[in-house]
Amino acid sequence: MAQSTAGSEARGSLHRYELRRKLIWLLFLLPALLIYVRFMALPLFNSLGLSFYQGTGLTPERFVGFDNYIQLFTAPLWRDRFFNALGNTAVFFAIHMLVQNTLGLLFAVLLATGIKGHGLLRTIIFLPATLSVLIIGFLWRLILNPQWGAVNQFLKAIGLEQFALPWLGDPTWALIVISLVSVWQWVGLPTMFYLAGLLTIPEELTEAARVDGASSWQAFWRIKFPLLLPVIGIVAVLTFVGNVNAFDIIYAMAGARGEPAYSTDLLGTFFYRTAIAGEHPVAIPNMGMGAAVATVMFLILLVGVSVWLLLTQRRGAEM
Amino acid sequence: MKKLKLSTVATYAILIVWSLVVVFPVYTMLINSVKPQREIFRNPFVPHWPLTFDGYETVWNAGRFDLYFRNSIFVTVVSLTLIILLGSLAAYALAMWRSRWSTAIYIFFIAGLMIPIRLGTINIFQIIQSMGLTDSVVSLIPVYVAMGLPIAVFVLTAFIRGLPSDLIDAAHVDGAGELRIYRSVIMPLIRPAVATVVIFNLIPVWNDLWFPLIFIRAEDQRTVILGVSLLFGQYQTNWTRILAALSMAAIPILVLYLLMSKQFIKGLTAGAVKG
Repeated sequence: MAQSTAGSEARGSLHRYELRRKLIWLLFLLPALLIYVRFMALPLFNSLGLSFYQGTGLTPERFVGFDNYIQLFTAPLWRDRFFNALGNTAVFFAIHMLVQNTLGLLFAVLLATGIKGHGLLRTIIFLPATLSVLIIGFLWRLILNPQWGAVNQFLKAIGLEQFALPWLGDPTWALIVISLVSVWQWVGLPTMFYLAGLLTIPEELTEAARVDGASSWQAFWRIKFPLLLPVIGIVAVLTFVGNVNAFDIIYAMAGARGEPAYSTDLLGTFFYRTAIAGEHPVAIPNMGMGAAVATVMFLILLVGVSVWLLLTQRRGAEM
Repeated sequence: MKKLKLSTVATYAILIVWSLVVVFPVYTMLINSVKPQREIFRNPFVPHWPLTFDGYETVWNAGRFDLYFRNSIFVTVVSLTLIILLGSLAAYALAMWRSRWSTAIYIFFIAGLMIPIRLGTINIFQIIQSMGLTDSVVSLIPVYVAMGLPIAVFVLTAFIRGLPSDLIDAAHVDGAGELRIYRSVIMPLIRPAVATVVIFNLIPVWNDLWFPLIFIRAEDQRTVILGVSLLFGQYQTNWTRILAALSMAAIPILVLYLLMSKQFIKGLTAGAVKG
């Protein structure tokens, strides 16, 4: 009898001790949670809510239901600008996936051979990723300057004068050229991811295949490439998230309106004009419509990331 | 044997050509920022002696870059300190407290890695206004802290979970409180992970254009990047000055990167490869 009372007392104090610890954990979590909720989670959620309102000024107050979305998808001016920006963003993303992520894989495979000086080469390849997009954009604008820029001077010097185009002034080229500048800046990131991935693959695996008579080309595609797929997935999803809200490079190289003639306008610049700077011809910010644009971008991200999660989960389950 | 040599040559050729493509623009920016304008157009690829720092001087004085640098350093240092402080406290709690609730909170933080904070800009702007912080560099700090917390929680929680648990248990037996353990056991041990978090957040915070562009109008509150963006329009035709402004904004990060490139690369790729 006496023993069981002592036992329950001990359990009671253990319980109190556990409760006290939990309380302390909560106190430790509180400051981070407060800031994260107040300045990130709630604003994202509230932007969703704002997309159902209209009105001038900082806080739109007139409830309009789905009107902003209907306008965005059907009213001639909004619709054209929106789908133009959406299409351009798709092109921007496609160029990154094709050029940046392929070049990144190539560089990683070459660096992984451990050639002399690979440390220095790696440092150089990654360097532009540390610089501000704005600086990179301005710098390339000077380099691509039709009269004085180095690119056209170089083309003229090697006798290819007919290719010395005003790259950023030409609607068919501007988006491609700006995308390539962005690729130039960020290619170091996938390179480093792939390199880290490649270095975790044990050498014995490919050695064994080589002994069995596989060429190094075959050994790469049959053995290393499949093992790299998870990293390729991460690179793809990071590229996707980065590109859906890309803004700085366009702002620096083509202005907030995606010159020439909106041919480089992305969802990020479209959102900026709608919500903050005011869309041409009425230079008044439209917060409700801006929130609708942000919500659509959020949904695009959600779909993309879900597809990625679904694909990686399924592969994990199979393994 | 011959084939092997050919592949080595090709490897070098590809990597060196790309390195030149990377270095060339940065090199031209730097050497032309210390030249008179007419020399830039006459011979853009060769340094011109004697060097002239007129561009830097004009831009520094005209643009109040002393203020811009002070603002950028202030915002970056305070934001990073808060990210590390709040992030490590939260990570310690999440690593120790194992329950459904803590898992839910952890996932809630991690979700922030995939969602750009920019999409909430409209509401953040309203909050900043209601707090009376418009047109002040201080307004940037809570935004950057919120933006940096997901990666801090992600990296630090994983790191603390990997620490040997007897270290913490021994401290408990000695009667140390949680705050004491956090301060004198956890903090010294997680230094390498803290370095990763610092590097991960330093670049996006220092280089951010979006929030200063939207929140800040007053000249004395500009950050370096915002200052450069406004000067670029002003000096359209004076390339010496433009290049001096660009170089000035780029050099601090460039030097830091070249001094610690290993940590930078490790820091910026650490999270994604593990996840």
